[in-house]
Amino acid sequence: MGERIFIEGNVAIGWGAAMAGCEAFFGYPITPQNEITEWFAHEFPKMGRIFIQSQSELGSINMVYGAAAAGVRAMTSTSSPGWSLMQETMSDMANAELPGVIVNVQRGGPGGGPIRHAQQDYFQCTRGGGHGDYRNIVLAPASTQECCELVQLAFYLADKYRNPVVVMSDAIVGRLRETVEVKKIEFGRVPDKEWAVKGKANHKDGKRRLVEHAGDLFARYPSYQSLLQRLEQKIKQMQESELRYEEYRVEDAKLILVAYGYTARVAKEAVNMARAEGIRAGLVRLITAWPFPYQLIREKAYQGLGFLVVEDCLGQVVEDVRCAVEGHTEVHLVNILDRHISTDGGMILPDRVFDKIKEINE
Amino acid sequence: MSKEAKVVTKELVAGRPKLLVPQTAGFVYCPGCQEPLTARVIAEVLEEMGMGGQSIGVFDIGCNSFLLGMLDIDAVLTPHGRPPDMATAIKRVHPDNIVFTVQGDGGLLSIGADPLMGVLTRAEKITIIMQNNAIYGTTGGQMAPTSLVGQKTTTTPKGRDINIAGFPAHAAEMIASFKGVTYSARGAFNTPANYQRTKRYVKTAFQKQMNKVGLSFVEVLCACPPNWHLSPQDCLKWIKEKMIPEFPLGEFKNVNRIE
Repeated sequence: MGERIFIEGNVAIGWGAAMAGCEAFFGYPITPQNEITEWFAHEFPKMGRIFIQSQSELGSINMVYGAAAAGVRAMTSTSSPGWSLMQETMSDMANAELPGVIVNVQRGGPGGGPIRHAQQDYFQCTRGGGHGDYRNIVLAPASTQECCELVQLAFYLADKYRNPVVVMSDAIVGRLRETVEVKKIEFGRVPDKEWAVKGKANHKDGKRRLVEHAGDLFARYPSYQSLLQRLEQKIKQMQESELRYEEYRVEDAKLILVAYGYTARVAKEAVNMARAEGIRAGLVRLITAWPFPYQLIREKAYQGLGFLVVEDCLGQVVEDVRCAVEGHTEVHLVNILDRHISTDGGMILPDRVFDKIKEINE
Repeated sequence: MSKEAKVVTKELVAGRPKLLVPQTAGFVYCPGCQEPLTARVIAEVLEEMGMGGQSIGVFDIGCNSFLLGMLDIDAVLTPHGRPPDMATAIKRVHPDNIVFTVQGDGGLLSIGADPLMGVLTRAEKITIIMQNNAIYGTTGGQMAPTSLVGQKTTTTPKGRDINIAGFPAHAAEMIASFKGVTYSARGAFNTPANYQRTKRYVKTAFQKQMNKVGLSFVEVLCACPPNWHLSPQDCLKWIKEKMIPEFPLGEFKNVNRIE
């Protein structure tokens, strides 16, 4: 049993990273993730680990690139506009095959947007985000406990695949205070980082190491095609092995809700309200937003089940669900326009989702 | 005398640093380009200091990225403009290594201005080596922050106009003005004497880094014959008559302590 403490999701990210053996954190101020950067500023120097307040989000992600190239577990956190700035280097990390963890505590957009909660970065997180062909595993915590656990998983998966891994949070999950059991999770061995730079004389074989993101230019791969084949193989392996989701009351369900993050908590509450009135609703909660459970949703669609996506944006997850059902069933949506009030403080609440469930059930 | 014999003779006279990798698969640099001399200087200095096995080079995108293929040391290639960020993280992880960047003028002063400001204000204990050829070389000769007033480039076809494109940026002087900097100098490769002077600057810069006081910087004027549309020999003349008056050579800061 680990220590149980009452903290918010953003702080739980910090404890999770510390448990995972993260050695370096780089961050730039942006709301609503400042608690993460501040946690590292307070705790990491005490642990003898590296904390740098970077000069920009570009700086943060490029320092992650550097620290990863030097062979340590490194991470950064940001919110939506900063996330956009990081995309070029994330693409470079995918090419250079560098592990790293990037936390995106989503806020509203487009543009500067409001600094409060939203879930509008699903496309950008799950499609790579930067230029070129690559994918990141995207983990979506829905509780403070999960913030602590998924960031640990993120470090493991990043090392396993030598690829950036994204933790896609949102301002509500990030600022939500809950009791968390802080404990280290063992995931098993990851390959040694014999490719990392540390000075030629410090390698067992005494040969130089080169970390680069050109692929074939410096003969890491014999050709551009072979680099792309490697990336494709990696993407397929991640899709086959790393899909994670939670099924809640789906066994006998006729309507399946699909959601992640804070709206998954809302959807779960709405499922309970529906069940109390005898409506057979269930929930598929995405734990990995990528890989996405296309197969599961397709099977349920072929059984004739209906779908209701609950997400705090105009509609992004809903496109993946529509893609998965292949036109076999209707896909409904409760979106950001269904918030309880029209200001940026508005939320999608269980009542509204329940109303929609009843409307579909009629 | 055969061509091969001539090369052997030169190497016998000038020596060849062991850290300089023979370019067996062909030489990527244009005839008369002086950027490979930066690699040679670094190789000679690291060898003299006995630090080749304890150094990590961080190279930017651009012509200078090929230098990482010429040096037999651990190296990292970065997205355009970002070497100071990488060097920051690598130095913090491996504080006993010599960590240096090699960048162009555009890569440091234009797209790389953000990480440059970052390392200068944080006083990172790294060394930055900037190659100033007054132009964007790899992309075919566009205007750089260091292009001279009136200099014709593909994006200033009538010459750099101060009303539209402003004035050349002076990196060594600007960087010397930062408190967290221990050393800032500008050298050139246009004469053997300047080559030796530049080598001394690089050695001092690395030594300052090993003393862990602050950031050290060396700017090097480099010829770019194809984009200057000059012969290699005329390039040397252009450096002497046009570049050095604009970018004076010498040390602009040299301190052992920062208070």
